[in-house]
Amino acid sequence: MSGEASKTIDNTTLWGGGRSPFSVSYGKMMMWFFLISDALTFGALLSSLGFMRHKFADTWPVSEEIFFHFPFTHTHLPLMYVALMTFILIVSSVTMVLAVEAGHRMNRKKVTMWLALTVVGGLFFVCSQAWEWSSFIAGPDGIISTWGDNATLAQNPYPGKNGGPGAVHYTQFFFFVTGFHGTHVLSGVVLNFIILLNVLKGKYEKVGHYEMVEKVGLYWHFIDLVWVFVFTFYYLL
Amino acid sequence: MKRDDIIEYSLDNHHSEEDGVKIRKKIWFVTALLTIITAAEVLLGVFWGNMGVSWAIVKSAFIILTLVKAGYIVMVFMHLGDERKAMRWVILIPYAFFIMYLIFILFYDATVLYNVRMLFGL
Repeated sequence: MSGEASKTIDNTTLWGGGRSPFSVSYGKMMMWFFLISDALTFGALLSSLGFMRHKFADTWPVSEEIFFHFPFTHTHLPLMYVALMTFILIVSSVTMVLAVEAGHRMNRKKVTMWLALTVVGGLFFVCSQAWEWSSFIAGPDGIISTWGDNATLAQNPYPGKNGGPGAVHYTQFFFFVTGFHGTHVLSGVVLNFIILLNVLKGKYEKVGHYEMVEKVGLYWHFIDLVWVFVFTFYYLL
Repeated sequence: MKRDDIIEYSLDNHHSEEDGVKIRKKIWFVTALLTIITAAEVLLGVFWGNMGVSWAIVKSAFIILTLVKAGYIVMVFMHLGDERKAMRWVILIPYAFFIMYLIFILFYDATVLYNVRMLFGL
């Protein structure tokens, strides 16, 4: 990509003060700092998931035996819906990066189109997660209102390898990790939508650049990045 | 008040239509790559039992594939690969340091606690 960052400037000028040595704007730098702190939170969550998983390795449930539902079908399709969700989130990340690219060419029409598609992808993901939660809570009998064998924070109706404490920790981490990530997706969708409204109003045309799209884009890619890890460490391993 | 001593880096981020074609080509290439890796991971997760490979190999394959995916997302989609080297290291090194330390300490403890549980039948 072109821009300040790809120019060769000698170190004395770069670090001599009066300018950003990284050649990035204040807003972008702060978005990166926020993402690092958020990444540390998610890193801690996933590491503690690993901790519990290793501590209760003998009774930890197998995700493939729990997540085999697919909406509108009754066939046994292990992990297929989560894989579809992952794919949708990656695609919405792609539409976001295309919106950023269109912003660098000051192409308002294309920015609007790609950003709108990103919002749609995000909404699809949030709704899928709601469906995933309801089918997880419903338990083996598939009825969400029979509270006797529904999954809660304190109970997991899907037995682990030998029953035992692993199954309960598994449920707690499911609700916490996917819930925390889902909150991020929801706020990301809201942010993208606000920026989309600004694009439609022509605000960034007036300012002269679409860097705001790039900044929310960073946040949106981060959500995708976290999901890649959640998908591996919660569902696959 | 508008200050004229501040460099507006965001104004300098524009590129031409020709550059755009090249950048989009790279984006679609990474998209295809990420899709293929995800599909491979899911297929491996579903069928590894019938393939006669050990869980340790499958597990390492999952982690390596995930790190490859993460690398492409951070470097290409988040444009960290296009930033200055100093910025790249400021972001990546402190994070990698803290997380590697956390992973080491938690997994070491988890193994000990697992052995204690097995020893006393907890």
